Amino acid sequence: MNEVLIIIPAFNEAENIESVIEKLYLEGEDQWDLLVINDASTDGTGKIARATGKTTVIDLPFNLGIGGGVQTGFKYARRYGYKYAVQFDGDGQHKAEEIPKLLAIVKSSSADVAIGSRFNKKHNGFKSSFLRRIGIRTFEWFSYILIHQRITDHTSGFRAFNRKAIVFLADNYPSDYPEPEAVVLLGKNSFIMQEVFTQMMERKGGISSISLARGPYYMIKVLLSMFMASIRSKTYKHEF
Amino acid sequence: MNFNSTIGSNIQVTQYIAIAASIGLFIYITYLVRNKRIKEEYSLLWLFFSVVFIFFSVWRNGLEDFARLIGIAYPPAALFIILLLAIFLILIEFSRIISRLTDRNTTLAQELGILKMEVEKLKNARKEKESAEDEEESSKETKS
Repeated sequence: MNEVLIIIPAFNEAENIESVIEKLYLEGEDQWDLLVINDASTDGTGKIARATGKTTVIDLPFNLGIGGGVQTGFKYARRYGYKYAVQFDGDGQHKAEEIPKLLAIVKSSSADVAIGSRFNKKHNGFKSSFLRRIGIRTFEWFSYILIHQRITDHTSGFRAFNRKAIVFLADNYPSDYPEPEAVVLLGKNSFIMQEVFTQMMERKGGISSISLARGPYYMIKVLLSMFMASIRSKTYKHEF
Repeated sequence: MNFNSTIGSNIQVTQYIAIAASIGLFIYITYLVRNKRIKEEYSLLWLFFSVVFIFFSVWRNGLEDFARLIGIAYPPAALFIILLLAIFLILIEFSRIISRLTDRNTTLAQELGILKMEVEKLKNARKEKESAEDEEESSKETKS
């Protein structure tokens, strides 16, 4: 067993999952353990992942959503004593070769959590609409008020965690739109986060979880959950 | 005179119905709890409000006094307020219970997923071990 676990949440990613696993496997050179969380996919994602023989696959009995899926990964990581965990999307939008950048941050203990950000660099080439940018700015501003840490990319699902964060999130990972809420939760519980610029690939398949029509609803819901996370009492339980 | 007494007797009938209904509600909930169809902790609000209903249906002036106390001119409106309050509280309680169930359900699903994977791994390991042993045995047999 290695000390790094790559948590790959996947829901109906039959098109992408195999290449995602292959790339991670090549990049990891036997230094990373892979864990696919198959969130009750209906297109055989779990079967395809298992057939590669290069990853552990957990099949959830019914769809829990991205939060519940990723949390399963943290529970697994806590149970098996992994020192570091990386959250990596199963849809192929993250680059496996950028994982070492994130790992370097948590391994050097300069931060508990490393977040792969599309935005903390100018001319990053990531195309996003005006409305989307407003949303992103709002998150940045709102969470700065709440936790006094400047995070530019709240919706990024490309993150690395140390053991302390793994143990904490195994119990407390948020459920519905978990990424922004997790930032606030971690900040409130005095975890240090650090961003690093990462590229995101265009989506190859699947559907983004945020559609334009539901944008405002999404914003309100996320801002509310961020606020709630910030006034929630500290829930950190020491495992050791 | 005659007209008034008709209304008077009607109100009395209404009161009897109200008393019967409130007591009926109380008995029904007690029955459900007794037979473990409702858990005690979830029945508390229901029982509390059915007692409140019995109280106000028996003591009609009580409703009027209560209405006056909270500044409502029309006593039946006070009844509606009590009713709304009861429904609100019970529904909020339901939301709380549903949320807790959802959380536990999620935890169970996660644990189940992890356990299923572990069982699968153990099974595979045993299968490999058994087939290795079988090979050993068969090779021994051929030697002897």
